[in-house]
Amino acid sequence: MSFNIVVLAKQVPDTRNVGKDAMKADGTVNRAALPAIYNPEDLNALEQALRLKSKVEGAQVHVLTMGPARAAEIIRESMYRGADGGYLLSGREFAGSDTLATSYALAAAIRKIGKVDVIVCGRQAIDGDTAQVGPQVAEKLGLPQITYAEEILDLSKGKITVKRRLERGVEVVKGALPMVVTVNGSAANCRPRHAKLTLKYKNAKTVSERQASSTDYTDLYETHPYLNIAEWGASDIEHEAQWLGLSGSPTKVKQIESVVFTAKESKRLTPADGEIEELIKELIANHTIG
Amino acid sequence: MNNIFVYLEIEDGIVADVSLELLTKGRTLADKQQCKLEAVAAGYQLDKIGEQVFPYGVDTLYLADDKRLSPYTTLPHTSILVNLFKEEKPQIALMGATSIGRDLGPRVSSALFSGLTADCTALEIGAYEDKKAGKVYDDLLYQIRPAFGGNIVATIVNPDCRPQMATVREGVMKKEIRNAKHVGKTVKLEVSKYVSDTDFVIEVIERHIEKSKVNLKAAPIIVAGGYGMGSAENFKMLYDLAGVLGGEVGASRAAVDSGMAEHERQIGQTGTTVRPKLYIACGISGQIQHIAGMQESAMIIAINNDPDAPINAIADYVITGNVEEVVPKMIKYYKKNSK
Repeated sequence: MSFNIVVLAKQVPDTRNVGKDAMKADGTVNRAALPAIYNPEDLNALEQALRLKSKVEGAQVHVLTMGPARAAEIIRESMYRGADGGYLLSGREFAGSDTLATSYALAAAIRKIGKVDVIVCGRQAIDGDTAQVGPQVAEKLGLPQITYAEEILDLSKGKITVKRRLERGVEVVKGALPMVVTVNGSAANCRPRHAKLTLKYKNAKTVSERQASSTDYTDLYETHPYLNIAEWGASDIEHEAQWLGLSGSPTKVKQIESVVFTAKESKRLTPADGEIEELIKELIANHTIG
Repeated sequence: MNNIFVYLEIEDGIVADVSLELLTKGRTLADKQQCKLEAVAAGYQLDKIGEQVFPYGVDTLYLADDKRLSPYTTLPHTSILVNLFKEEKPQIALMGATSIGRDLGPRVSSALFSGLTADCTALEIGAYEDKKAGKVYDDLLYQIRPAFGGNIVATIVNPDCRPQMATVREGVMKKEIRNAKHVGKTVKLEVSKYVSDTDFVIEVIERHIEKSKVNLKAAPIIVAGGYGMGSAENFKMLYDLAGVLGGEVGASRAAVDSGMAEHERQIGQTGTTVRPKLYIACGISGQIQHIAGMQESAMIIAINNDPDAPINAIADYVITGNVEEVVPKMIKYYKKNSK
């Protein structure tokens, strides 16, 4: 019996460490200055998928991502850590997708993959922080969802038991597969790259990557077909054009402003006793404290 | 028809603060749009919900009361909203950006093909011109939210799809009673018409929800620590200072991520937004996402080793020095000079 786990992952700009050069003079974000990384919570999701794989005989983990050609990097990265392969969904038809158009495309790609038992993804991506794509994919596929998962505790008799980490507590829930599970950042970190797997998959590439390279991979891929990272465009998935990209996105960006805080006239103090005591006296006198 | 809906989040029969905050905002928006403010609650034993929400100006309260609807699970609550919205066709639907609202909202928006904007920090009504299509839309909901790690603020609109959906974090909007004596209409929904038995596929085996111990929003004084505190051990002195001043302890994301403080103490875009009388930032460099959550504090004192820390730009007082040296002195001189 095959058991298929699909991990939804996204390559994102690293918004956590936005330096001064990340903002252009006109106040817009300079995406080129930000390194592209594996969305952190998607790595937590990959780890849960790999743990599940080790518990189920014959289970396979594949990573599905939507993005530009370079997003194949995170599929390769997943393979270095234990995934069996992946699919890159790429093409200009997908440009301008909001979360709903993204989930429509991902759901169509999952249908093409075929029988999927568990879909695991990060709770949210750090470039948008919306946490919408997981539940929206689940709804498009007509599957139930378990969000904010911290740990997949058990899988038996076709039912999965999951511990959820909520804002103010913990919940343990159980439900029948197939299911979408979105994983919280508080879940276990992803295992590091495995040296042997890194060696095995270092030449894993999409068609576009092979074509862009000066190396001829024809012979290698004849003997090692598992190196191929599937690359799908809109024509490879069953879809109606109106639901993809911009036209499939009900939300529109009206305006973008860069955040500028008005500087105040600050009083500068040193830690000298006299200065701290003066400050405290002043705060007491104007009823800020006391 | 085409009214404004707020989904009420309920725990132990009590309507969550975030829902009351949304009702307050929803009331203002409904006045502007000259439509009704409606609220919907799904759960069990909801008799006491009306008295909690009517003072906020709710015109109609829809109740889906069924034992199986509590505790919250995704699909039954989704079905109630989706089917009710199909009947009532609201123009706007709001819910809390909580672990429930963020589980439910996207599901509902996907089913109705309506746009949803997560974690809005402001909601306004205004016009929108689609230059490509040559169309002008009046009275759209401006869904204003930070994006890109807080470095930009985006205004999002949903020109064509209804309802226009948004989630808002707790503490971002103000909670204000409209009329303590107001009583609106209550509509009890026949639950079996809205929910099918197959929606009950997730079983809740265990549930521990704690009442929040920390109330940052209500604290007049906040002593907040950042990564520069160095250790959980050092962080303790902030509790001492907050203790003598009668304040609460907050933290930056970096301090929470490194385990020095609990998540519920986090201030900033991904935490709580605060507006205290006094904010003392200790060892906080002032990442933009932190500043966004505390810049409206009436007075800000920044204590930092780095004379060029970004937080200094918005501080009223900048003390350049070691937190370990400054904080005990503040405690000492407060004790000496108060009373």
